[in-house]
Amino acid sequence: MNTETPNIAIKAENITKIFGDFTAVDHISFEVKKGEIFGFLGANGAGKTTAMRIFSGLSIPSSGTATVAGFDVYKQTEMIKKNIGYMSQKFSLYHNLTVKENLNFFGGIYGIPRKELKIKGDLLIKELGLENEKNKLVSELPLGWKQKLAFSVAIFHEPQIVFLDEPTGGVDPVTRRQFWKMIYEASDRGITIFVTTHYMDEAEYCDRISIMVDGKIAALDTPANLKKHYNAQNMDDVFYELARGAKRVE
Amino acid sequence: MKQLLTFVKKEFLHVLRDRRTLLLLFGMPVVQILLFGFALSTEVKNTKIGVLDLDKSQTSFEIISKINANRYFDIDKNLKSIDQAENAFKGGKIKMIVMIPTQFSADINSGKKAQLQLITDGTDLNLANQIYSFMSNILLDFYGQQTLQQNSGVQPEIRMLYNPQLRGAPNFVPGVMAFILLIICVLMTAIAIVREKESGSMEILLVSPMKPYIIILAKAIPYFILSLIILVSIIILSVTVLDLPIKGNLILLFGISIIFIITNLLIGIVISILTKTQQTAMLISLVGTMLPTLMLSGFMFPVENMPIPLQMVGNLIPAKWYYQIVKNIMIKGTGLEVVWKHVLVLFAMMAVLFIIAVKKFKIRLE
Repeated sequence: MNTETPNIAIKAENITKIFGDFTAVDHISFEVKKGEIFGFLGANGAGKTTAMRIFSGLSIPSSGTATVAGFDVYKQTEMIKKNIGYMSQKFSLYHNLTVKENLNFFGGIYGIPRKELKIKGDLLIKELGLENEKNKLVSELPLGWKQKLAFSVAIFHEPQIVFLDEPTGGVDPVTRRQFWKMIYEASDRGITIFVTTHYMDEAEYCDRISIMVDGKIAALDTPANLKKHYNAQNMDDVFYELARGAKRVE
Repeated sequence: MKQLLTFVKKEFLHVLRDRRTLLLLFGMPVVQILLFGFALSTEVKNTKIGVLDLDKSQTSFEIISKINANRYFDIDKNLKSIDQAENAFKGGKIKMIVMIPTQFSADINSGKKAQLQLITDGTDLNLANQIYSFMSNILLDFYGQQTLQQNSGVQPEIRMLYNPQLRGAPNFVPGVMAFILLIICVLMTAIAIVREKESGSMEILLVSPMKPYIIILAKAIPYFILSLIILVSIIILSVTVLDLPIKGNLILLFGISIIFIITNLLIGIVISILTKTQQTAMLISLVGTMLPTLMLSGFMFPVENMPIPLQMVGNLIPAKWYYQIVKNIMIKGTGLEVVWKHVLVLFAMMAVLFIIAVKKFKIRLE
């Protein structure tokens, strides 16, 4: 852990990523506090995915400095990977494996010892109320349960930070609300949440949000302050106001 | 190591849970072996032939009874005249007519060159060729006895070494082996890896502390084991059902098979690195490896008859070398002293593919 800033989960300074003559991420700087729910917004092609790949240790930035969970994004990507969780909308779990097999697999690749895995796995299944479904294939579960299970799997190895890439795509509003309850619980336990979304009502649930436009962070504040600053009724208007000026279209 | 085991276990679950694919994988070699072995036989067995004996001598009777005694030919019709010959062919039942001319025995007795005519149905070229050469063998055998008795002239004697009955099995069993291993190692492996990319799970795996090469290794191991199991089943089938003994060294055969399996796994991995969707991976595997293997490696069409450029392309196909090695070891019983060059080629291919796979993999990761 970085001793200088013990309460900082992610710290980025002038992070830039250049592909050829295209600057995907252009000098972005921000800090995410521990346990914070940080919304990372932006239109498609704004550079969100590239930035997220850098912070999750998949991609090395072209310039700038950043630490994730106290580890350097240039030299300590392996340590970063051990201390983060990841969940995306596109994929939740392996559909032709059972609930239990999925838990064992993802726990196993994060190096959780077998005994601990069994105890924690049983506990989690109980918490989620999936006792009767634990030996069912994931493909047989309703989508909402899959999402919840996927989130539980993403934080199963107790990461410091969890990256959620549009985690609620295609889920109905009720399930989404339940899903956000889980996010709050995780945040209360001290897990930092880094979430991207296209739903502006979800953006309101975040502690702070940043909005990326053309590879730069165009705005970063609490939802309330942003609305006040842009004199807007809701986050939709804030987002539209900012994204309208974008020159890059995917 | 523990991560690898966890991953391999998961891959096995995927493979075992996909019953249809599994059934296909095990069913295919069994069906192919049984089909080629019994139904789709190219062997000459009980071929119906006609005989037109114009000589009606002691010698001609001897020839006819010798042909009749052979289990590969059945004399279906005794023709009376040459005019009946064409009608007999048109009926479709008769594949060959042996015509013994009037002065046949007289020629033999006077020491002249005796002639005898074999007429075959050319519409079925392969069969015609086979029964022609087979009949020639019988007749030469007969000639041999005659000339020995008379102590005159030298007659060539043709023997089909290693496969005297001209059976199809010695040819297709090595072919089926090469082809099944190709399907499992290239096609299945490529699809299994690309499937993770397509579904998005590759992202999750790459974000995890698992080293990327472990992911690839774990993907390849189940198919490696599956290949070995299927290899053993093919060999057991061919020994028990097809009566085709393994003449050479079994350990050598397995050792070389392992090199071939790894070579193909590497091809599968390279394809999976270069492609993004399962469909593309499948198409490249089919067009890039399976089709050329079928056409150019020699187990469907003889390589010797191909134009030089095609032969050269054929040399790039691992299955061609493997096919020849397996034929040598299984059927002829030769050892490393004969096939070492082929093994070396396979080994070189494996090494080159390994380097390509590692390089491409690194580039793709960035």
